[in-house]
Amino acid sequence: MEIVPSQRTRTNTPNDSVSTLPLYRYAPQLEVRLEDFEVFAMDRLRVLKGISDALARGKRPEEMENLVRDLWKANMRHPEASEEVNKDIISHFVLRLVYCRTEDLRKWFLSMETALYRYRFLLRSSEAKRALMAEFDLPCKAISRTEFENVKEKLEQVARSFDQPLPTADAIFYKVPFEEVPELVAGRRVYIHKGHAYVAMHQVVSLVVTQFRSNLSKALILTNRKWTSTIREQERDRLTPIVEALSMSYLGPDYSQPKEFGEISIKDLDQLARSSFPLCMRHLFDKLREDHHLKHGGRMQLGLFLKGVGLRMEDALAFWKAEFSQKVGAERFDKEYAYSIRHNYGKEGKRTDYTPYSCQKIISLTPGVGDHHGCPYRHFSEENLSAALGRMGVGSRAMEDVLDKVRNRHYQLACTLTFEAVHGSSCDAGINHPNQYFSDSHKILQPKISKMPVSCLHLLKHRDPCSIHYWDIFQGTECMPPCLHRTIMRHKEAEVLGISRGFNAVDLLQFVFIFVVQTPSIVSYFFQIVYLYKLMC
Amino acid sequence: MLIDGPKQGNVIPDGFNPNYLKVYYGRLFPHADIFKWMSYGNDGRHPACDKSYFGRREFSFTLDNDIYLRFQSFNSESELENSIKEKCPSKIDIGPVYSVDPAKRHAYAQGGDNVFAPVERELIFDIDITDYDDVRYCCSGADVCLECWPLMTVAIKVIDTALRDDFGFDHILWVYSGRRGVHCWVCDGKARRLTNEQRGAIADYFRVYKGNENSNKKVSFPGPLHPFLVRSYTEVLREFFEEKLLLSQNLFSTEERYEKILSMIPDESVTSELRGKWQENRRSSNSKEDINFFRWEQLKNTLQSGKQKVQGLRRCVEEIVFAFTYPRLDMEVSKHRNHLLKAPFCVHPKTGRVCIPIDPKDCEEFDPTTVPTLSELLRELNTGDSRMDVDNEWEKTSLGKSIRFFRSSFLQPLLKSCKEEMESGYKAKIQQTKNSLSW
Repeated sequence: MEIVPSQRTRTNTPNDSVSTLPLYRYAPQLEVRLEDFEVFAMDRLRVLKGISDALARGKRPEEMENLVRDLWKANMRHPEASEEVNKDIISHFVLRLVYCRTEDLRKWFLSMETALYRYRFLLRSSEAKRALMAEFDLPCKAISRTEFENVKEKLEQVARSFDQPLPTADAIFYKVPFEEVPELVAGRRVYIHKGHAYVAMHQVVSLVVTQFRSNLSKALILTNRKWTSTIREQERDRLTPIVEALSMSYLGPDYSQPKEFGEISIKDLDQLARSSFPLCMRHLFDKLREDHHLKHGGRMQLGLFLKGVGLRMEDALAFWKAEFSQKVGAERFDKEYAYSIRHNYGKEGKRTDYTPYSCQKIISLTPGVGDHHGCPYRHFSEENLSAALGRMGVGSRAMEDVLDKVRNRHYQLACTLTFEAVHGSSCDAGINHPNQYFSDSHKILQPKISKMPVSCLHLLKHRDPCSIHYWDIFQGTECMPPCLHRTIMRHKEAEVLGISRGFNAVDLLQFVFIFVVQTPSIVSYFFQIVYLYKLMC
Repeated sequence: MLIDGPKQGNVIPDGFNPNYLKVYYGRLFPHADIFKWMSYGNDGRHPACDKSYFGRREFSFTLDNDIYLRFQSFNSESELENSIKEKCPSKIDIGPVYSVDPAKRHAYAQGGDNVFAPVERELIFDIDITDYDDVRYCCSGADVCLECWPLMTVAIKVIDTALRDDFGFDHILWVYSGRRGVHCWVCDGKARRLTNEQRGAIADYFRVYKGNENSNKKVSFPGPLHPFLVRSYTEVLREFFEEKLLLSQNLFSTEERYEKILSMIPDESVTSELRGKWQENRRSSNSKEDINFFRWEQLKNTLQSGKQKVQGLRRCVEEIVFAFTYPRLDMEVSKHRNHLLKAPFCVHPKTGRVCIPIDPKDCEEFDPTTVPTLSELLRELNTGDSRMDVDNEWEKTSLGKSIRFFRSSFLQPLLKSCKEEMESGYKAKIQQTKNSLSW
């Protein structure tokens, strides 16, 4: 694919599409205008985002088919019909560049593109489907009449279990190794025998989608390698900024780097749980306080949420320990549970810094015996849900609206309505992430707190200075933190520093500046401040 | 500690003692069998053997003071044996086979796309009776008795049949976990090469129970049952529920207990009708009939009487039976290739019992309360016939039966099949090279 400035026109060369549903196997030999590069990608991104939202809301497959058709029509059309296929292919490959760069991005893109492909495949005619299947290297074989007769009864049982019409005498079934159709196996939507699954024609999409997904997954890894090794540097002034901007625009913050680390302390948690936690986290929190224990799923969901909220690892360890020791003892906590908390913060093992779960992820979890995680709007019985919402302060009229959303499986909308009822204000963006619920709630409830970036003063106030890690404070900032400068100028914060003891603000500022000039290293600068603080106490 | 003491004064107190372990690992633990198993035929001389295979397998030892050693690997049988004898772990776990020797993993970790990753791992299942605490009244927590153990038996039957008939697996090992559950190792080549997604799909295929204390109905069948569930119900679960569990757990004998079952019926008129009959404690004139059996019949009649045409009641009886008896697997254990699982023939530190294999064809005869314990085995060693000239000391003890079973019904068929696979794979490769060389 060659990116050209606007003036040149495009030339076409044949690619590997079949009946307008391309396989995206090879980057197209096309010239693309620079402006189209971005516009096509944004259009496709709208489609993918639409799919993402719909899936999170638990839409049924029939609804999804219609939705995809409409989204595609609304966004991916082109005035010149022949150009539509090109737009399709180009936009896909541009987004590959955008979404190949991290594991999370790849995972999201892979899921959405696979879903898009699936529904577009389903919208095709049987003829087209058969033709498309031939494009893939599928290890499936149609079964003979005799074999069909042998397994007919079982096939009928499967069809009945999903309210599907019974297979007719001339129905075509494919016999496929079960590994090729994991989703069908997982949902018990096929009869399997001796390692082979009997797949109906209308289910064949599953085979195709699995292959598509696997091909795309491999391609993304290769794209990432190429990006990091050559493209990013080569395109530093041209494509790279566009690519980086595109990935930011739609997924929103993932709360993996909480801006205000340390702003939440353990003693605030109970009150915050009551005022600002979404129901899922509040339930886990309450259960933890009640049982002094949570199973693994709950520990992950709540633990990562608290990390996103700004709970520091040391505080997290203290918090979980205080609860768990009441059930299993402090020693057992240190032995069996502390490790995984440190793991969540990226301090053990692979050192992956795990991101807090989004609503989409939480809704997809299925809690088992003794579990309290997952989305309560999805799993609680109406009775229990009403009780829980009542405890949160949701009035009876709002309650009815929430339950109505739940009955229609719109779990995130239900949570949004709860938010609105509890806070008395509207939430236009809708709830997509528990940490978003928290930060929006926090914003509403604490308007008076000044929006200063992490204040080392704040930390100094609460902790033993020697235990503070400099990176906590200087995350994202460099050199002299403006916060210190600004806060010294404010009387209130000046009190914190003990300026009332005799130093005036200007003197202190000068004093501090001298330190900064003399100690360019951030670490030693910090320790100077600590020393300064101790001097004044 | 004297082992070769006088025969009369042979008193080895019960319980778990780290010194006993030393003797166990020294004289009884089947190191060679574990090595052969984990090699899957790669320890032979065939040109297709991968000499690095065994060395890429992760083992993990838990030492006496709860020190946990992960990513242990060994290049030969003697290395494995010596390390076990020297360290005397209270627990040995087996992990996956990685792409490279786990001991060298740090050299590969920096690569963006992790080159240190699992490549093969048995398909495993872990069933723990504590997951059934809401449906067993005789015990709770870590206890197990002969009244509730049959829940495990039933689980083995259901899962084993499905693994063989539905999924086509042959080399399946069931192992007693030592205290309160069972583990299953599926060792076919196809199973070892499954991806996480495929494992998740199999686990989901087996999943029926969906819920926790916040949802009333944990088992829900919106439509007619899939053939797998039909078979499980008609061949195993229904009979077990009606003829064993009803009585052994007294499922209807008190109000609290029958209310639990009534809460699974989503129809007020049915539940109040039944409640009315039971609250007054009315019994049929034949008072010899057990109350549980009697009430269950009443429930079935009311539900299936035809008066109830309400949707959601059609399969209520099956839902109740499944809720009580259907296997409850730990999904996470099966889904991830890097999950560790305790090795067979380990000794459980809390009970002293050995994790011996269970014959799925004969699982009803398995009795967890008579599984050999460490101290029993040591006693047997002492009192054993010293004139017996045997290659292996375990033959003198009750462990012999288990090891012989392990070899004959699992290990030998497995190794035979591995060899065949290796040969045919090798032949195919040679043929391919020949073909590509032709002009």
